[in-house]
Amino acid sequence: MAESDNIVVETAEKIFADLADPQTINNDKKNSWQAPLWQALSEAGLPLSWVPDDLGGSGASLADGFALLNAAGRFAVAVPLAETMLAGWLLAQAKISSPEGEMTVLPASPKDRITLDADGALSGRCRGVPFAKTAKHFAVLAHGKDGVSIALVDASKGRIESGLNVGYDHSDTVTLDKVQPVTIKTAPDGFDQTTLMLMGGVARSLQIAGALESLLDISVRYSNERVAFEKKISKFQAVQHNLARLAGESAAALAAATSAADAIANAKSFDDEVYLEAASAKIRCAEAAEKGGAIAHQVHGAIGFTSEHILHRFSLRALAWRDDFGSESHWAVELGKLVAKRGADELWPLVASR
Amino acid sequence: MTAALRFDPIRLPEKCEQLRKEVRAFLAEEIAAGTFDPHKPNREDTDAPEFSRRVGAKGWLGMTWPKKYGGQERSFLERYVVTEEMRVANAPTRRFFVADRQSGPVLIKYAPEHIKMDILPRICRGEICFAIGMSEPNSGSDLFAAKTRATRTNGGYLINGTKIWTSSAHIADYMIAIFRTSQPTKENRRHGLTQFLVKMKQPGIQVNPIGQITGQHEFNEVVFTDFFVPEDHVLGEVDGAWKQATSELAYERSGPERFLETYYVLTELVRAVGPNPDTRSAEGIGRLVAQLHTMRRMSVSVAGMLQAGKEPVVEASIVKDIGTVWEQQLPHRVRDLAAFVEETATNRETLERQLDFAIKTAPKLTIQGGTTEVLRGIIARGLGLR
Repeated sequence: MAESDNIVVETAEKIFADLADPQTINNDKKNSWQAPLWQALSEAGLPLSWVPDDLGGSGASLADGFALLNAAGRFAVAVPLAETMLAGWLLAQAKISSPEGEMTVLPASPKDRITLDADGALSGRCRGVPFAKTAKHFAVLAHGKDGVSIALVDASKGRIESGLNVGYDHSDTVTLDKVQPVTIKTAPDGFDQTTLMLMGGVARSLQIAGALESLLDISVRYSNERVAFEKKISKFQAVQHNLARLAGESAAALAAATSAADAIANAKSFDDEVYLEAASAKIRCAEAAEKGGAIAHQVHGAIGFTSEHILHRFSLRALAWRDDFGSESHWAVELGKLVAKRGADELWPLVASR
Repeated sequence: MTAALRFDPIRLPEKCEQLRKEVRAFLAEEIAAGTFDPHKPNREDTDAPEFSRRVGAKGWLGMTWPKKYGGQERSFLERYVVTEEMRVANAPTRRFFVADRQSGPVLIKYAPEHIKMDILPRICRGEICFAIGMSEPNSGSDLFAAKTRATRTNGGYLINGTKIWTSSAHIADYMIAIFRTSQPTKENRRHGLTQFLVKMKQPGIQVNPIGQITGQHEFNEVVFTDFFVPEDHVLGEVDGAWKQATSELAYERSGPERFLETYYVLTELVRAVGPNPDTRSAEGIGRLVAQLHTMRRMSVSVAGMLQAGKEPVVEASIVKDIGTVWEQQLPHRVRDLAAFVEETATNRETLERQLDFAIKTAPKLTIQGGTTEVLRGIIARGLGLR
């Protein structure tokens, strides 16, 4: 398992290093790096990591896929890798084969809902859908009279209002108006929109944790280069303590995200313990994105605020990813309700369950 | 190579869960028998020698130590479970906690065999209490400024000087302390301190109580006047205590006591808001639980590193930094939310009494056992900044 972890991640990291070097792509105003990167990732089978061989994917384990998302976060790659992985995973839940090309998932927020009518058509409006604009297909979770279904939808059938998140990546509003899916099947027992949101939230948590790792690296490196008041700024205690706090936030984010990923990868069902893990990861990683990102910018001073510098590629995406699949505020309310419902004396047993 | 520190997601093995059940059952019996009140977090002011012996009889002290010294040769993860269950229950652990956590491991590493055979089994039986003699009136975080002298004499050393902020010195049977045996050198200001085992409750040692802002008595001033320590009570290398201090820090700084000190107010808040909290309370509780869960997972991960024979000093410093800042803020965040609790909540008085105590306890949490500033210095060194 550890070995295969390395192969998937090593393959991805090599592709990212060759085709998505942060400085190179930051200088490329035309985004001409995106197509070759996507092609290389696709040839390596990475976007469909979580899709079994017989459904058109490469059949990697959940654990491998999570490690891949963490690596993607370290490079803050602006292609729909996480989105296509999640879409493929969602379709595979209902044994629907994944097509080639970019995909994304609907809904991408716990507030939105797609409904399935008696004619088998899908309707609803979803905000903040990452990379909808460039997707060829949508993987859709829909609510009908008989429960939850999972569908594959041709993206050209949806109406898209284009938008950008704070990290300058596509975050679009998608409206389906009586759209007939390519394929639709009933979701497995117990699978619902919350399951999808928890899975999406853990994916985003791993990406945020990866971005924070890079923010720490970049900031440490810069503090050892930049001279002010006749010494390296890394020698100032105030700067050292700020970077120590950034290391703590980065470590906390990575710990929360990898723990949640491990919980999902080994879970039999999405029970209260997985809920605690996944919701906590999203909450804690979002907090770390705010606190850690602020320190990384403070260490860099004005240069980090320029579009030429790569810092914003990581800091702004980490902030943007907080919003997808339920913000930290959403999950905090839901987790708080769960804890209250279980009662005071059941809090510690829940926390100490792993 | 990335500077980020990894905290691998350790899962507690099955045998830990069996042990957890046993500890919970034991604590429930003790509570039922009136040994302590889990709603009263006064563990620091309570000496419970009989409870200590019963914990020892269960085999839960010195759990990880060799059997020949009275230990159980169990894992750090099993010890972790016992520690966190005791902490969450507000059990009166002061008599054995220091000995079990760090004094015993120091003795195992540096004491002569006959002393190990004498003292360690008594720790395991819960019979003896340890104190740590580090700080002095002019030497706190700057450990290597310690001045209390150990002067050579026939068959041992004479100790003269004062230790301060020494927790439990007034009930302790032994202290592990550092004394100055030589002056520091130009090349190494850390040189010249030696670690000693000190038998307390003898002439030449005067323990003076120091009142604390919580109204409790936990720490003391300890004055040594021509106090004799025999040669075989030297622990490790003469003048070389600085080499020994660092590896112990991982044990001392990463445990559940570093984020659970004020946990009881969170439980009580959940009780006060009831099963259907308003949005603000739910959001506040959810965040606190997420933060708590994350720290615990990091802390368990460090226990796993210790079990694997590593010395995760930087990782442990991160756990203590984040953990103690959190447990310090916790009573204030709970107070924010408690403002909206219904007047009719049945545990309102308990919550208020606990908050009162936790708010007074909070300031010490980021000072004891390594200040926040010292920890961030260690983390910065780990990042290659100094």
